[in-house]
Amino acid sequence: MKAAHPDALPIAGGTDVMVEINFDRHRPPAFLDLTRVAELSEWGLEDGVLRIGAGVTYTRLIEELGDRIPGLAMASRTVGSPQIRNRGTVGGNLGSASPAGDAHPALLASRAVVELASAAGTRRVPVHEFFVGPKRNAMRKDELIAAFLIEPAHGPQQFSKVGTRNAMVIAVCSFGLAIDAERRWVGTGIGSAAPTPVGAPEAESFIQGVLDEDDLWQKRAPVAESALARFGELVAAAARPIDDVRGTAAYRRYALAVMARRSFTWAWNEYLGAA
Amino acid sequence: MKIACTVNGRPRVAHGVWEGSSLLAVLREHLELPGSKNACEQGECGSCSVYLDGSLVCSCLVLGGQAQGREVVTVEGIASGGVLHPVQEAFLEAGAVQCGFCTPGFVVATHDLLTRTPHPTTMQIREALAGNICRCTGYAKIIDAVHLAAERMAPR
Repeated sequence: MKAAHPDALPIAGGTDVMVEINFDRHRPPAFLDLTRVAELSEWGLEDGVLRIGAGVTYTRLIEELGDRIPGLAMASRTVGSPQIRNRGTVGGNLGSASPAGDAHPALLASRAVVELASAAGTRRVPVHEFFVGPKRNAMRKDELIAAFLIEPAHGPQQFSKVGTRNAMVIAVCSFGLAIDAERRWVGTGIGSAAPTPVGAPEAESFIQGVLDEDDLWQKRAPVAESALARFGELVAAAARPIDDVRGTAAYRRYALAVMARRSFTWAWNEYLGAA
Repeated sequence: MKIACTVNGRPRVAHGVWEGSSLLAVLREHLELPGSKNACEQGECGSCSVYLDGSLVCSCLVLGGQAQGREVVTVEGIASGGVLHPVQEAFLEAGAVQCGFCTPGFVVATHDLLTRTPHPTTMQIREALAGNICRCTGYAKIIDAVHLAAERMAPR
């Protein structure tokens, strides 16, 4: 159907799309109501990886998958309000591809993969390659987001977000973190502080180096303050923030360093406590 | 276009609906149900809160056509047979109504909260009602009203 009507606007929860319509910013020639496609609201395990339909709401992610993907569940809890979480979906967040999308830092930190479907078939795009510009993603016009793939957590995960309230805010900036204790990886994701959501690969390699060098994984020992501070600096350095109505670039860099340091500390303490 | 759905337990049909209309517009302008209020049109204020297939939503963010064949309950469906629901009684008694514009949304959102969490803490109330804005800022009495309704509906 999308192939026959490439200009039709897909709508799921409507939490982004309907704002555009209500304010008459956009008049699409047709809508494609994705809430009628039952498969989009299903999830399951595929070879140990969760394949989550693009239409699964934030409320369901929190209730049904909160124990398996805690980072994304934490991010989901910060989305809007109950009304918004009951409708909004990760598929919609990916479709809108806003640099401020709450799900994105968590998806980046967990190295999630986006599944795109078209009449020509299915392709899977790593989330790190999915965002190509502000509100632009790697989808072709004939494609729809079918699902995303994310591994159940292999260690503690965290999500932090700065905003003026505890609800209903677009992030000033946000940070997602995932510790993979099996592969001994640390994943990061930054929101609202660059033209697209981005990871902080240098910060990841740095902190992995620290953990490997002194074998802190095995010793389950705390990380030195100086290393935590450096990790924060490297996360801030990975951002390319701007001054806008929600905050200044300087504030975003500062807040990211703080969030990164704290998130890692919380997650690492959880890892230490899980011995 | 034509939209047929169940509203407050009755089958209803709206005719001549513009394809880009929200469910809120369908309710207010086609089905003569003006209880759900139209304010922000962007899901920020909660004054248009309704149930869609049992789930609390902002009706301004539901495309009219998405309600086709679905079940909608509006604030008009919360009271039964001219008798106010305990949530509505509690709002009146606690003085949780000032200008009244946000009240229908708060009533539906509170109804949803107490259905899922019969004895919420104040923090749980604040979180559950975070998407409903009262521009008179009468939140203290709204929270009192929710506690009062909880006590009435499910005595400890």
